[in-house]
Amino acid sequence: MTITEQALREVALSRPEYDQIVELLGREPTPVELGMFGAMWSEHCGYKHSRPLLSKFPTESPRVLQGPGENAGVVDIGDGLGAAFKIESHNHPSAIEPYQGAATGVGGIVRDVFTMGARPVALLDSLHFGPQSSPRNRYLLSGVVGGIGGYGNCLGIPTVAGDIFFADSYSANPLVNAMCVGVVRHEMIMRARASGPGNLVVVVGADTGRDGIHGATFASVDNPEDSHRGVVQVGNPFLEKLLLEACLELLETDYVVAMQDLGAAGLTSSIVECASSGGVGIEIDIAKVSRREAAMNAYEVMLSESQERMLVIIREDGLDAVREIFDRWDLHSDVVGTVTDDGMVRILEDGEIVANVPATYYTDECPTYVRPSIENPDTIELRAFDPDVLQDLAHDELESALLELLRSHNVCSRERVTRTYDHTILSNTVVPPIAGDAAVIRIKGTGRGLAMKTDCNPRYVFLNPRKGGMHAVAEAARNVACTGATPVAMTNCLNFGNPEKPDVYFQLEQAVSGMADAARSLSTPIVSGNVSLYNETNGVPVLPTPVVGMIGVLEDVGRSCGMAASAGDELLLLGTQVATLGASEYLAVRHTTIAGDPPDIDPDFEGRLQELVIGLIEQGIVTGTHDTSEGGLLVSISEMLIAGGTGATIDLQALLEVNGGRLDRAAFGEAASRVVVSAPVGMADEIVAKARAADVPVVRLGQVEGPTLNVLGVSQMQVSELAGAWRGGLDD
Amino acid sequence: MKFGVVTFPGSNGDHDALSAVEYGLGEEVAPVWHKSTSVDGFDALLVPGGFSYGDYLRGGAIARFSPIMGAVAEFAAAGKPVLGICNGFQILTEAGLLPGTLMKNPSLSFVCDWVDVRVDSDRTPFTRGIDIGTVLRLPIAHGQGSYYIDTDGLDELKRNEQIIFTYTDRAGVETPESNPNGSVANIAGVSNGPGNVVGLMPHPERAFDAVLGGDDGLRLLGAVLGAATKEAITA
Repeated sequence: MTITEQALREVALSRPEYDQIVELLGREPTPVELGMFGAMWSEHCGYKHSRPLLSKFPTESPRVLQGPGENAGVVDIGDGLGAAFKIESHNHPSAIEPYQGAATGVGGIVRDVFTMGARPVALLDSLHFGPQSSPRNRYLLSGVVGGIGGYGNCLGIPTVAGDIFFADSYSANPLVNAMCVGVVRHEMIMRARASGPGNLVVVVGADTGRDGIHGATFASVDNPEDSHRGVVQVGNPFLEKLLLEACLELLETDYVVAMQDLGAAGLTSSIVECASSGGVGIEIDIAKVSRREAAMNAYEVMLSESQERMLVIIREDGLDAVREIFDRWDLHSDVVGTVTDDGMVRILEDGEIVANVPATYYTDECPTYVRPSIENPDTIELRAFDPDVLQDLAHDELESALLELLRSHNVCSRERVTRTYDHTILSNTVVPPIAGDAAVIRIKGTGRGLAMKTDCNPRYVFLNPRKGGMHAVAEAARNVACTGATPVAMTNCLNFGNPEKPDVYFQLEQAVSGMADAARSLSTPIVSGNVSLYNETNGVPVLPTPVVGMIGVLEDVGRSCGMAASAGDELLLLGTQVATLGASEYLAVRHTTIAGDPPDIDPDFEGRLQELVIGLIEQGIVTGTHDTSEGGLLVSISEMLIAGGTGATIDLQALLEVNGGRLDRAAFGEAASRVVVSAPVGMADEIVAKARAADVPVVRLGQVEGPTLNVLGVSQMQVSELAGAWRGGLDD
Repeated sequence: MKFGVVTFPGSNGDHDALSAVEYGLGEEVAPVWHKSTSVDGFDALLVPGGFSYGDYLRGGAIARFSPIMGAVAEFAAAGKPVLGICNGFQILTEAGLLPGTLMKNPSLSFVCDWVDVRVDSDRTPFTRGIDIGTVLRLPIAHGQGSYYIDTDGLDELKRNEQIIFTYTDRAGVETPESNPNGSVANIAGVSNGPGNVVGLMPHPERAFDAVLGGDDGLRLLGAVLGAATKEAITA
């Protein structure tokens, strides 16, 4: 039998991969087996292109209880508790049906977290869209935001933080990355490893339908519209809420051996992964799976991605107890098969074996590729651009430039979005969205807090992938540190184009290497993650976007810090003083130029700065902290003043001197490792002394006072006007 | 005093209500399952927020048919205190235990914020002992919170002192800007005729600890314990 090209395209396998399957099996695969190989060997499940690179990531520290490889990573947060967390993409579905694409993205990541035995306590979202001047992009933004809110609000999990970035390359390919954080007692951590031949395999939750067949392969090709229709699933948050409560109740019993959610590649991946990681086999009879349509065949049942389903492996003597819990929540629980000792994943349909393959063939034998890696010459040329050849900003242009930046979509307030997310439910939110650099929630029953933030500057990564990767980690950690929390671990979502192209592979390889170095240096191991490749439209890749989701621990949640400056305080800049316009928001907004080399970054220095800031917050000698990132120093100061409802008098002289006398660089240039702090009068001397002791440069910027932002000798601006521009940005 | 928190499938404010009573008030509290038909042994009932049965039809439209609702109606008819919060408010209006109805916000969007709410009556068990005109700061989080009642109904509410909470500014003045959801007459919460059943869209159960941004919610939950306990809480 000769397999057709079209059949291979449908399962997203290459001919050499097909030949490898035939060689492994010593025969042609059955149609069901071929579909299962396609799903398991997709980039989405098999990480064909990213696995060799991901091995560079540091994954261990004394706090890590569970590293990569499970549904979510878990780190120790004290008092016998762990934080389980992970970020995942739902880019391709959201491009086609933004509301349901985003909603089911939230549903999937929430299941990943409660599968670990953790109660989900917070959601974050990292979103990337094309310019809002296009009606289609506005539709995508409102649909995605609606879907996230619609699902998360109904589940009753607060959406507390995230980031939104706009650039041309996301126009037809928005990025929707959802992150969930849960809390679990150490001894309750559950894993997806089947064991004990004779144990029962149970599918619980929704019935299985024809929706989402081939979702995993769909996410692993470019221009999916051509080959994969009808693959976007529809979410039912109500059902997920029941599933969440029932599963957590179930995990309080002793009967559960393993648990795995049915996400990408549905029943196929959950069964294969449970069997493979447990070193056992699983046999299931698809006739026992509850379905939405009677005529579904084995192929469809195995590859369906119907939402809100879970696979649970239980001890046989626990069946009645398990049934009772799910009945109480009005949920199905179908016993579909058993754990075996032969290592085979065997699928029966009407008594006939339709698939019979060792579990490890799907997982361990999945090929990996190291592709040619060559930087795009255009990028090298763009990076070589020297922004200092541009004319400097005149004094009387400062106000219009600042207003323009505050209004720009990458800088302006996200309140219009965050208002539509329930962020107070569960009664844990201490630093809500926008109030600080990261969100802080308290951990109930303890005095501790958990800070969290997603971040990435794709422009930096595009112009210098290695540096950009380091920045993504450093900035996410800095944001967490600015609330007073010590960054402890991270998750990541690598959103890139087609890795078979040498220049895209170069971006991926370099960004990962930069992230790994920064994570190692900052002691924030990577405990979970997800890879989304083939984010391209008509051959044009998205900006390389390795999103970092960082969490940190605050020993005393009562000491957490927001960004508001307080009237009467003094403002100080801690950290780097020399800024650059390379890859800056200023250059993009004011000169419509995306070029130049992003700021340099030294992870060791970054670590010292963060430690200093955390210490100042802990000692209670600062009242507000804000890192300076997109838009530079004046944007940061403006945001602190807007949050505090006050003005300030600022002296930029010292910064002008170290920035070649250029106002644009001093005011709007960007740099790594810098934080503005607001400190009560009388504390400034102590801060200066502590900064010197930590070998961190410090500049005293001026007083927080009055209704204006007065940049001495340059310009005086009404904070109310700055606030209007910043708050109304997304309305334009 | 023992509080009961009614949990429907899809309730999600039940955890907060349980925490607020247990940690905030330090009183006894237990969940009440929707399939139960009895509320014996409870002194006050809280019907919490959420999306009961997914609220795919209309907030509270299905929950009102739950087995527990018969017992809740009897409890209310006996003059005992019942507080419906957010989805709980919607359920109590759907069940006919409270007047009026909650419609979609005019923005057609979910809104999450902290708002100022003025106490307009102290005749209910949840406002007893609180000075009329007191402005409380409470969170809101809803997509269907626009209170509606026709003109005659509104007149009747006013006549019977059934408007219990009103959205206002910090100074206690109702303004268009302080109305987060287009509610008629800025109404945030109402009671039944006798005053023992109260519903409101804001979430007192999420405001029980200063570290969360405020603890004004405890004044409402604490009022039901009686004036003596109330003083102890606000002291």
